[in-house]
Amino acid sequence: MDLKDQTFMGYRRENGRVGVRNHVIILPVDDISNAAAEAVANNVKGTLALPHPYGRLQFGEDLELHFRTLIGTGCNPNVAAVIVIGIEPGWTQRVVSGIEATGKPVEGFWIEQNGDHNTIANASRRAKEFVHHATELQREPCALSELWVSTKCGESDTTSGCGANPTVGNAFDKLYANGNTLLFGETSELTGGEHLVAERCRTPEIRKEFQAMFDRYTEMINRWKTNDLSESQPTKGNIEGGLTTIEEKALGNIQKIGKECLVDGVLDKAEQPTGSGLWFMDSSSAAAEMVTLCGAAGFAVHYFPTGQGNVIGNPIVPVIKITANSRTVRTMGEHIDTDVTGLLRREINPDQAGDSLLEMTVRTANGRHTAAEVLGHREFVLTRLFESA
Amino acid sequence: MSETPHFVVHDEGDSVGVVVVEGVKAGQDLVGWIMDQDRTIHFTVKDDIPIGHKLAIRDIEADSTVIKYSVDIGRTISPIAQGEHLHVHNTKTKRW
Repeated sequence: MDLKDQTFMGYRRENGRVGVRNHVIILPVDDISNAAAEAVANNVKGTLALPHPYGRLQFGEDLELHFRTLIGTGCNPNVAAVIVIGIEPGWTQRVVSGIEATGKPVEGFWIEQNGDHNTIANASRRAKEFVHHATELQREPCALSELWVSTKCGESDTTSGCGANPTVGNAFDKLYANGNTLLFGETSELTGGEHLVAERCRTPEIRKEFQAMFDRYTEMINRWKTNDLSESQPTKGNIEGGLTTIEEKALGNIQKIGKECLVDGVLDKAEQPTGSGLWFMDSSSAAAEMVTLCGAAGFAVHYFPTGQGNVIGNPIVPVIKITANSRTVRTMGEHIDTDVTGLLRREINPDQAGDSLLEMTVRTANGRHTAAEVLGHREFVLTRLFESA
Repeated sequence: MSETPHFVVHDEGDSVGVVVVEGVKAGQDLVGWIMDQDRTIHFTVKDDIPIGHKLAIRDIEADSTVIKYSVDIGRTISPIAQGEHLHVHNTKTKRW
């Protein structure tokens, strides 16, 4: 597939970034504002509330991550406009200010001294105006290189490592050569193959930063673990699917970064890349957490290879599911967007499998809803670092 | 036309292959595809093996290293003969 002249129809945002969806989101700052946010989304058709369980008495790095994730979600180019609702004005305005930097429509509302009723009424009036604005925006031709693509796998099994993940790797190699911005992560899931990722880092400095992130995560696991982590990493589902050790799972996982890509930089959780190329984000392997972080880092489309069949989606980022497991296609095919089982029957080669994923990428970017979108999967899960104060 | 494989192996130096079809039964003659060298191998499987699970493609001693993707993926805790099921009951991580 020749990517150089490939275009898709996207939404060009005020800051130049290109999105593939056009959401008006109602974003609660904290858990106690979920009810108001959901009421606004119920009143105003064409909006989407993103309820979550956090935002009170967090502090330090954990609070910084909370703000970075909420602000990053609002800034994502798949989002046209944002209503922010919090209990009080200070933190609400902090989130609003962060999103305002993109130039997109955003307004904050707070419940103290207003109550739910007045907050919901005022926010609903503004949300209605935002939907009118968003629905008049037009898609326009954009170069494929402007599409930011992230990946993580889930409910992996051994077919992931020999089919679905190498398919993502083939597509990543082609997108990398095309100048796209790409992301992978899942720090603990590199265990046993971390040396292979370290060797792919573009400079000694990046390698050192990567190694420090990996070592910190390993130290955290060793501090808290009560056993060898079997049933957690690899998960019970991974083991059911035939994966035996974390090393085996990691080596399958790493197939997603292909054979040619170099790691051009490392990122903290929900941190945005500063240029094109392949980025590593220090992150959990839990699917909903990781994809939420990818969305907050500005990624517009996500590749999700699976073996046993994971159902995850995201409210704002289309999640494209890929599998090479014929039983999964048979038993839960409604969750799969790209079927590459032909790879393991020797009917297609990795180059053809990668092209089929790229073709699905363009269709998805043009507007085709993914299986997860059609099935209503909107998992929005914030990563927590430690206890609240 | 290449034979459709029952199991695949990443590299000819690996200890294991991955069953990629449903319904593999003990005593069945299997076709294996070694992907990196694009070569076909045949032998008889000794256990029922579910799709996605691994079989040893050579005899492996107890307390030795299992190789897949040409890399160490853990250690055996009992001997495993060619064609037997290799999984969490006889292989463990070397990490954590």
